[in-house]
Amino acid sequence: MTMAASETAKGSSLRYAFGNVLSFFTLLLIGVLAFSIRLFSVIKYESVIHEFDPYFNYRVTQYLTKNGIYDFWNWFDDRTWYPLGRVIGGTVYPGLTLTAGSLWWLLNSLNIPLSVETVCVFTAPIFSANAAWATYLLTKEVKGTGAGLTAAVLLAMVPSYISRSVAGSYDNEAVAIFALIFTFYLYIKTLNTGSLFYATLNAISYFYMVCSWGGYTFIINLIPMHVLLCIVTGRYSSRLYIAYAPLVVLGTLLASLVPVVGFNAVMTSEHFASFLVFIIIHVVALVYYIKGILSPKMFKVAVTLVVSVGLVVCCAVIAVLVALVASSPTKGWSGRSLSLLDPTYASKYIPIIASVSEHQPPTWPSYFMDINVLAFLVPAGIIACFLPLSDASSFVVLYIVTSVYFSGVMVRLMLVFAPAACIMSGIALSEAFDVLTRSIKFQLPGVSENSQINGGDTSTGIVVTENDAGKSDKIEEPAKERSSKKNRRKEKEHVEKVSLKSKIEKRLLVLPLEASIIAILLLVLLGAFYVVHCVWAAAEAYSAPSIVLTSYSNDGLHVFDDFREAYAWLSHNTEVDDKVASWWDYGYQTTAMANRTVIVDNNTWNNTHIATVGTAMSSPEKAAWEIFNSLDVKYVLVVFGGLVGYPSDDINKFLWMVRIGGGVFPHIKEPDYLVDVCWEKLDDKLD
Amino acid sequence: MTNLSIFITFIFVLPFLCHSFSPENPTDRRILVLLDDFAFKSSHSIFFNSLQTRGFELDFKLADDPKITLQRYGQYLYDALILFSPTAERFGGSLDLAAVVDFVDSGHDLILAADSSASDLIRNIAAECGIDFDEDPSAMVIDHTSYAITEIEGDHTLIASDDFIQSDAILGSTKIEAPVLFKGIGHSLNAANSLVLKVLSASPSAYSANSNSKLSNPPSLTGSAISLVSVIQARNNARIMISGSLDMFSNRLFKSAVQKSGSSNKFEKSGNEQFVTEVSKWVFHERGHLKAVNVRHHKVGEADEPAIYRINDDLEYSVEIYEWSGTSWEPYLANDVQVQFYMMSPYVLKTLSTNQKGLYHTSFKVPDIYGVFQFKVEYQRLGYTSLSLSNQIPVRPFRHNEYERFLTAAFPYYGASFSTMAGFFIFSFVYLYNK
Repeated sequence: MTMAASETAKGSSLRYAFGNVLSFFTLLLIGVLAFSIRLFSVIKYESVIHEFDPYFNYRVTQYLTKNGIYDFWNWFDDRTWYPLGRVIGGTVYPGLTLTAGSLWWLLNSLNIPLSVETVCVFTAPIFSANAAWATYLLTKEVKGTGAGLTAAVLLAMVPSYISRSVAGSYDNEAVAIFALIFTFYLYIKTLNTGSLFYATLNAISYFYMVCSWGGYTFIINLIPMHVLLCIVTGRYSSRLYIAYAPLVVLGTLLASLVPVVGFNAVMTSEHFASFLVFIIIHVVALVYYIKGILSPKMFKVAVTLVVSVGLVVCCAVIAVLVALVASSPTKGWSGRSLSLLDPTYASKYIPIIASVSEHQPPTWPSYFMDINVLAFLVPAGIIACFLPLSDASSFVVLYIVTSVYFSGVMVRLMLVFAPAACIMSGIALSEAFDVLTRSIKFQLPGVSENSQINGGDTSTGIVVTENDAGKSDKIEEPAKERSSKKNRRKEKEHVEKVSLKSKIEKRLLVLPLEASIIAILLLVLLGAFYVVHCVWAAAEAYSAPSIVLTSYSNDGLHVFDDFREAYAWLSHNTEVDDKVASWWDYGYQTTAMANRTVIVDNNTWNNTHIATVGTAMSSPEKAAWEIFNSLDVKYVLVVFGGLVGYPSDDINKFLWMVRIGGGVFPHIKEPDYLVDVCWEKLDDKLD
Repeated sequence: MTNLSIFITFIFVLPFLCHSFSPENPTDRRILVLLDDFAFKSSHSIFFNSLQTRGFELDFKLADDPKITLQRYGQYLYDALILFSPTAERFGGSLDLAAVVDFVDSGHDLILAADSSASDLIRNIAAECGIDFDEDPSAMVIDHTSYAITEIEGDHTLIASDDFIQSDAILGSTKIEAPVLFKGIGHSLNAANSLVLKVLSASPSAYSANSNSKLSNPPSLTGSAISLVSVIQARNNARIMISGSLDMFSNRLFKSAVQKSGSSNKFEKSGNEQFVTEVSKWVFHERGHLKAVNVRHHKVGEADEPAIYRINDDLEYSVEIYEWSGTSWEPYLANDVQVQFYMMSPYVLKTLSTNQKGLYHTSFKVPDIYGVFQFKVEYQRLGYTSLSLSNQIPVRPFRHNEYERFLTAAFPYYGASFSTMAGFFIFSFVYLYNK
C-alpha cells in the first residue's frame, strides 16, 4: 500500500507539473487572445484615439509626459470651461493617465521610442489581458483552476468589455475593470488564507482602483455587503476580519490621498456602509472573543449588558449620521449614485445625467449583444456556487446579483456585470465539463483502475477540498493546506483518503455515456457560438472610432472624416486664444484636436455653465449673440448630420439643450420648442 | 519703360501714402470733396481754406463726375469724404450708397451737408447713419422766436441757434459766444441708433414745415427733437458729421453779423466759422482721439509679466493713454479711468491714478477665486474715441506645496496620531515579549 501510494504520488506530482505548465501556456494564449481581438479597430481604421473622453485622457497624458507628475497634479487648465477654468489635477481620476504615462516612460527609458498616442491606444488591450489573468486568479480561488481558465477565456472576449477596451478606447474603464477584478481576487485570497500580506496588497489594489475610476464605490459597498452576509450566516472568522478591517482602514486612508476623492472618502454616503460594517465586525469580533473567555452563564449576562448599552450607542450614532446626511442638500448622495438606487431619479431631476445615452437603462437585446450565451450559463453558475457554498463562492454570487441590478439601471454598468457573468459562466462550464468527462471516464472500458483513481483524484481533489471548506468546523483546514507547501506530501495522502471515501458517492452521480457525449458536443457548440459572436462584435460593432464615420452604399464604402477636418480647420484658421462654443459633447475633442479654448466639455461639473450654452443654442440669434459675446466666444461649432444621415448630430441633441437650459433659466420652456405633435406620447411609444 | 514709369509714379505717390491715415498718425490727410456745382468752391472758400491751412489735401470733384472712385486695388485713395452735393440723385463713377457705407465701415470719416431739397441718395446715406431727415422735401426748419434778425422781415427760416452739445472734446475748449446761423432741413435721430449725438439742436419753439404753403397738418418734427447738426462716432471710431444746411458752411453766413430775436446782443460775426471749424477738427480726428499703449501688469516687486497669477497675489497694473492733438500725441489727463479684473463679472474695479504724464497705474490683490480673468479697461467718454482694452490672464489655485505645512490648529491631531503610533508600538512590544 505504501509502495502504491508513493508511486501514485510521484505520478500525480508529474501530472500537477504538466498541468501547471499547460495552464501557464493557456493563460499566455488567453492574454494574446484578449490583446489581439481588440486590434480590429487599428486594422480596420487606424491607430487613433476613439470617441470623446479618451481624447481628454490623451491630452492629460501628453501633459503628464511633457511636464512631469507635479505639474500634472497642480495643473490648472485655462483652455476648458472658459472662463472658469478647471483644476485638472484635482478633478481627474489619475490612474489611467499615470499608468499610460509610466508605461511610456518605461518604454522610453528602455530606448523604445513610442509616441504617447501609441501607448495610449494600446493601453486598453494590454489591460484586458491583465483583466483576463485577474479573472483566472479570482475564479481559481473560488472554484479551482479549470473554472479559472474557462472564466479567463470568456472574459478575454466578452463583447461588453471589448466595447470599452478596443485599441484606442483610452478610457478609465480600460484599466478599472482589471483593478476591480484584481481587488476582488485579493479580497478572496485574503479571505481564503487569512494572510495580512494579501490584505495589504488588497488595500493597495483598492487604491489603484480608486485612482482609476469612480466605480470604486461598487467595491467599497460590495465587500461590506459580503462581510455582513458572512456575519449574518454565521460564517464569521478571523480570516474575514483580516480580509476586511485592513481594507477599510488602509483603503480609506489611501483613497483620501487621491485629490479627486479627498474627504469624500469619509464624508459621502457611498462610503458609509463600509464604516457601519467596520463597526459591526468589531462588535462581532468582541462578542466571539468574550464568548471564548467567559463561561456560558456569564456570557448571557454580558450579552444582555452589551446589547442594552450597544443599543443606546447605536441610536446615538445613527442619530448623528442621519443629522449629517440630512444636512447636505442631496442627502449626501451624488446624482449618479442616486440614479442607481432610483432608476427614474435622473430622468426626473437631472437632465444632464439623463441626456447621456450610456446612463440610460439597457434594453433586453443589449444583454444578448453584450454577454451573449453567458446570459444562459449564469444561472447554472449560481447553482454551482451553492454546491457547496463557501465564503468565496458566496461573494461571487453576491457580486453577480448586485451587478445584474446595476446593469439594469445604467447601460454603462454592464461593464461591471460582464466579469461577474464570465466568472459564473466559467464555473458553470467547468463544472459541467467536469461532471460529463467524469461520467465518460467512469464508463469508458479499458481504462486501468489505477489511472482511474489518479484521474478521479485530480478532477475531484479541489471539489473535495471545497466540500470540506463548506463545513464550518473545518474552515481553517483548506487554508492551511494551501498556504503550507512544505508538507505537501502529507496533505496529498490525506486528500487521497478522503477522495477514496467520496469516490463511491461520486459513482452514483454518473450520467449515461451517450448523454454525456452529446452534452459535451452541445456545450462546445455553445462555446463556438460565443466565439463567433464575440469576434463579430469586436470586428463590426465595437471597433468604430466614432470620429471617423463610415457608410456603405451602392457604390461602395464611404469614409467621413469630417470631424477631424473641422478640428483641423479650427486649429489652422483661428487664433490660439479664440473661444469655441459647442455643445458639451465636442469639448474634449476641440481642446485635444483643435487646441482651442472651449466653454463646456464632457466633464459636466458645472450645470449652470452648460445650461448657459444650452440657452444660447436654443435662443434667437440676438439673445444668443449676447450670451456668447459675454463669454468672449468667437466661433460656434455645430454638427449637422442631415445630409449623410448621421443620427447623433446637434439637431438630435437639441431637445436636451432646451431641457438643460430650461433647468437653470426658466424662460426656456420645452413646450415652446415642440410642434403640435404630442411628443410625450411619441416618446412613450418609442420607449 | 513701363517699369520706369511705374517706378516714377510710385516715387511720386509715396509721400501721399506716407501721409495717409494710420493709428500712429490718426489725422486724415486726403479728402474728397463732392460738389453739385464748382461755384461752391468759391462760395464756401473760407471753410475749404481753413482745412487746407490745417494740412489737408482737398480733391474737388463734381458729384456726377464719372471718374470718381474711392479705392484702387483695395486701397482707399482718400481718408475722408465731404459731400456738399445735396441734390445729387446719383454719384458718378463707382460711388454709390453701399460704397459710402463701406468707406465709413472701414474707419473713414464723412461730412455730409443736406439742404431743403435733399435727394433720396443723400437722405439714404443719412438714414444709414441713424438720421432721418424730414420726409417733406420742401420742408425747412422754422422758428418764430429764435430766428436771426435780418434787414428784411423773412419767413423765419434763418435760425440763430446756440443750443450746443456740452462737450469740450467736440466743440473745443473755447466757448462759442455767437449763435450759429442755420437755414435748411431738420432731422431727427433714430432711436435705435445709440451712437448719434445732437451737436446743434433747434429751440423748443422750432418746427419743420414748408414755409410757402399753409400749415394744414401738425408738423412731424417739432421743438428740440429737431436736430440741426449731428455727429456720429462709429464703433470703429469713424466719425461723421451731418448737417441739414449747406449754407451753414458758406462764406456768407460765416461773415454775417447776427442778432437773435428777443436778444439785445448783436454779434459782429456769427458763430458759424468757429462752430464748423471745431466740429471739423473733431471729425478729422484732430481732437478727442485716444490711444492706450504699454499695458503692463506684474506682481508687486517683479518686473516681468507672468503667464499666470496665483490667487491672492498682489499685482500692479499700468497703462499709458495719449490724446492726438493734430500734430503729436499729448498725455491724456483724466481722473476717471478704471480697470476691471473681470471674469464674467468684475471682481475688482479700481480707479487708476495718474502721474499727469499719461501713465495710469494701480495695484490690487487678486481675488481668492481661480479662473481665466481679464484686465479690462472700458473707457467711453463723450466725444472721445472709445478705449476697450482686455488682456486675458489665468489665475490658478495654490499648488500642493504652497499651503501651510503645519497648521497650529491641527497640533492636537498630530499629537493624537503620533501618540497612538507610540502607544501601539509599546503595546505590541509588551504583548509580544512580556511573559
